[in-house]
Amino acid sequence: MGAILIEAENLARRYGRRWALADVSFTVRSGSVVMVAGRNGSGKSTLFRVLSTAIRPDRGRAMINGFDLLRDREDIRRMMALLSHQSYLYESLTARENLSVAADHLGRSRNGVMALLERVALANRADDPVSTFSAGMRKRLSFARVLLQEPTLVLFDEPYGQLDPEGFMLVDDVVRELKAQGTTVMIATHQLERGVGLADEAILLEAGRVMWAGRASEVMEHETQIADRRARSAGREPGVAC
Amino acid sequence: MTEVAMTPTQTRSNLGRAIAIALLCIAVYIGLVVTLADEYLHADLSLGLPLAVRTLIAVFGGLIGAIIFLAGDDLGGSLSNVKLLFGIAVCFLVLGTYFGLFVAPPERFMGEVQRIMYVHVPTAWNGLLALTFAFACAILFLFKGDWKWDALMEGSIEVGVVLGFLLCCQGAIWAKPTWGVWWDWDPRLTTTAVLIFAFLGILALRKFVDDPVKRGIWSSVATIIAYVDVPIVYFSVRWWNSLHQLQSNPNTVSEPFWIPLRANAFGILFLMTAFILLRARVSKLRLENELAPPPLLEAELGEAV
Amino acid sequence: MLTAALRKEMLLQWRTRAQMMAVFVFGAAALLLFSFAVGPVAEALRLYSAGFLWLGLLLSSTLTLAESYHAEMENRALEGLLLLPANPRALYYGKAIANWIQLVILGMALVPVMVILYDAGTMRIPELFVVVALGAAGLSAPGTLYAAMTAQVRSKQTLLPLLLFPLIVPALLASVKATSLIILGDPMGQLKSWISLLIAFDAIYWSLCGLLFGRVVEE
Repeated sequence: MGAILIEAENLARRYGRRWALADVSFTVRSGSVVMVAGRNGSGKSTLFRVLSTAIRPDRGRAMINGFDLLRDREDIRRMMALLSHQSYLYESLTARENLSVAADHLGRSRNGVMALLERVALANRADDPVSTFSAGMRKRLSFARVLLQEPTLVLFDEPYGQLDPEGFMLVDDVVRELKAQGTTVMIATHQLERGVGLADEAILLEAGRVMWAGRASEVMEHETQIADRRARSAGREPGVAC
Repeated sequence: MTEVAMTPTQTRSNLGRAIAIALLCIAVYIGLVVTLADEYLHADLSLGLPLAVRTLIAVFGGLIGAIIFLAGDDLGGSLSNVKLLFGIAVCFLVLGTYFGLFVAPPERFMGEVQRIMYVHVPTAWNGLLALTFAFACAILFLFKGDWKWDALMEGSIEVGVVLGFLLCCQGAIWAKPTWGVWWDWDPRLTTTAVLIFAFLGILALRKFVDDPVKRGIWSSVATIIAYVDVPIVYFSVRWWNSLHQLQSNPNTVSEPFWIPLRANAFGILFLMTAFILLRARVSKLRLENELAPPPLLEAELGEAV
Repeated sequence: MLTAALRKEMLLQWRTRAQMMAVFVFGAAALLLFSFAVGPVAEALRLYSAGFLWLGLLLSSTLTLAESYHAEMENRALEGLLLLPANPRALYYGKAIANWIQLVILGMALVPVMVILYDAGTMRIPELFVVVALGAAGLSAPGTLYAAMTAQVRSKQTLLPLLLFPLIVPALLASVKATSLIILGDPMGQLKSWISLLIAFDAIYWSLCGLLFGRVVEE
C-alpha cells in the first residue's frame, strides 16, 4: 500500500440548516479500496460530492494527491472520476454518443468507446437513445463513462444500486481490475457484505460523522455495536437524533 | 466563502466615520455656505477657488463621505450612523424645500412647474449613484466573497429601484404640463424605465433562489451585466428618438437655483445612504439567520466513537 | 475544447429538431396575431413589420434558450461535463453559438412569413441576413447566461424573460431600426450606425458573459 492519497480534515457541508457532513477527517492510502458505509442520509453522497469538487465544503480542508480541494479543483477533476447517483447522461443521445461527448471533452479519441460499451455489456444497445434505457442500463453506461476517464481516484456512489446480479459481478470485477492497476477506489454503499469482500479499509459514517475507521474485515462487528448503541440511545432519549 | 466573515473593527470604523464627517463638512461648507454667503450676504467666502473647483469639491466631498459611510459600516447592531445620516438628510431637505418653493423665483418659460426640477435632478443623480454602488458591491462580492457586499448590494439595488420609480413619476409629472404628454420617450426617462425593470428582475431572482451562495453570485453577475447595459441603452434610445436636451447640472441653470438643487442633492444623498444602510442591515440579519451554523449533533453520537 | 462543446450542442439540437419546428410555428403564429393588433391596414402593417418580426423572434427565443438547458439539467449532465473537467468557458461559447445559429435559422425562417403577411418584401437579402445574425447574437449571449441561472430555479418560465427583456432593449431597438431601414428604404444612410451599435452590443456581451459564466455554473 502506497503513500497517503487523500487527507481530509474536518470537512463539513450543510444543506440549509442541517449539517449533511460534520467534521469528517480521514486518510486514504494510494492504491487501496475504501468502503464508506452508512445508512441512507448518513452523508456518503455529500462526502463524495465534496471530494469530487462538485460542491464546496463549508468548513475544513483536504489534500488529494497533493492538490488542495479548494484551490486546485482543475487538477483534482483531471485525476478523479465520480459515479454519482445522477447519471450525468443526455437522454436524447445514444449510449455511444454519450461516451463520445465525454471523450471529446477529455481530449481523447473516440476509438475506445465501443470497447468500453462491450465491457459493460451494452454493445448491442450502443445506438439506442438513453431515454429507452432501464435504470440498470443507465448505471452501466455511467460506469463506462467513469472508466473512460482513466482516473487515478474513483468515487463509486452506490455502485450496486439498480443493478442485476450480473451487474454486481461486473462492479466487483471492475473494482478488482482498477485495484490491480493501482487505482484508488472509494465505494459508498450500505451493502456491507458486498463491500467487505472488496475493500481493504472501511469508514463508517453516521449523521455526517465518522463513527469508526479501520480494517474492512472488522467493519461488521463495529457496525452491529453502533447499531446497538443507536437503538439503546434512541430508546433512552427519543427525539435527540436529527 | 460561506463563512460569515463580518467581524467589526471598531477603531477603523470610528476613524472612517471621523473622516467621512470631516469630508461632509467641507463639502457642505463649500457647496452651500459659500454660495449662500455670495448670494445673500455679499460676503466673499470663496477662498479664491473658481466655481468649477468649488463644485467639484462639493460633489466629491459629499460622495466620498457617503461612500465611507456605506463601505465602512460594519452593519452591526448600532444605528448611530443611520441616525446621523437621517439627521443631516432632514436638515438639507428642509433647507432645499424652503429655498426651492419660496425663495427661488419661478422659471421664465416653464413657470412654477419647473420647481419639480429641484427634486427631479437630485433624484436622478442619486438613483444612478445607488445603482453604481450596487455594481461596485457586485464586483467586490465576486472577488472578495465577503457577505457584507451582498447585503449592501441588495440594499442599494432596492433603494436605486425606488429612486428610479420616483424619477419616472416626477418625469411624467413634469412632462405633462411641459410637453402635453405623460411620457415623451426622452432617453433619460426611457433608460430609467428600462433600468427599473432590469433591476426588478434581479430582485426577483434573489427571491427565487434559496441557496444564499448561489443567490449572491448570480445576482452579482446579473447586476454587473445589467449595469453595463446602462450606457448602451441610453445611447441607443438617444439615437432612436433624438429629443434635444442637454444634461442638466447646476451650471446650466441660473444662480438662484443652485441652493435648492444642491441642498436637495446632499439631502437625498444622505437619505439614500441611510436607507441603504438600514436595508443592508435587514438583509445581513436575514443572511446571518440563513448562514448560522446549525448545532452539531451532540451527546449520544459522540459517545459511540 | 470549443469544438467538443459545439459538436455536443449540434448533436443535441439535431435530436430535438422537432422542438425547433414547434418554436417556428409559435413565432409564425405570433406574427399572425400581431397583425390583428393593427387591423388589415396594409400600409401600417408594412410600417411596423420589422418590429413585429423582432418581437416574434424575441418571444420564440425565450423558448429555445430555456429549452437548451433542459438536457443539461435532466441528469445534471452539465455538472458531469464540468467534473471531467470541461472548461466552463468553452461550454458557454459552445452553447451560445448553438443558440445563436438556432435563432438565426428561426429569424430567417420568419422573414418569408413577415413578407407574406405584411407585404414587407425586400431585395436586400444579404443586409437583412447580417442584421438578423447580429441581432440574434445579441439575444443569445446574455440569454444563454441567464438561462443557465433560471434553469436551476423554480418558476423559470417567468424569470428568464424578466431578466432578459430589459437587458436586450438596445439590441432589439437597433435590430428593429436596421430591419425597418432595409424594408422601407434608407434615404439618410443610417443603417451603418445601427449595425455598428449591434456589433458593439454583441462584442460587449459575448466577452462579458463568457467571463462570468464560470461563476454561475460552478459552486
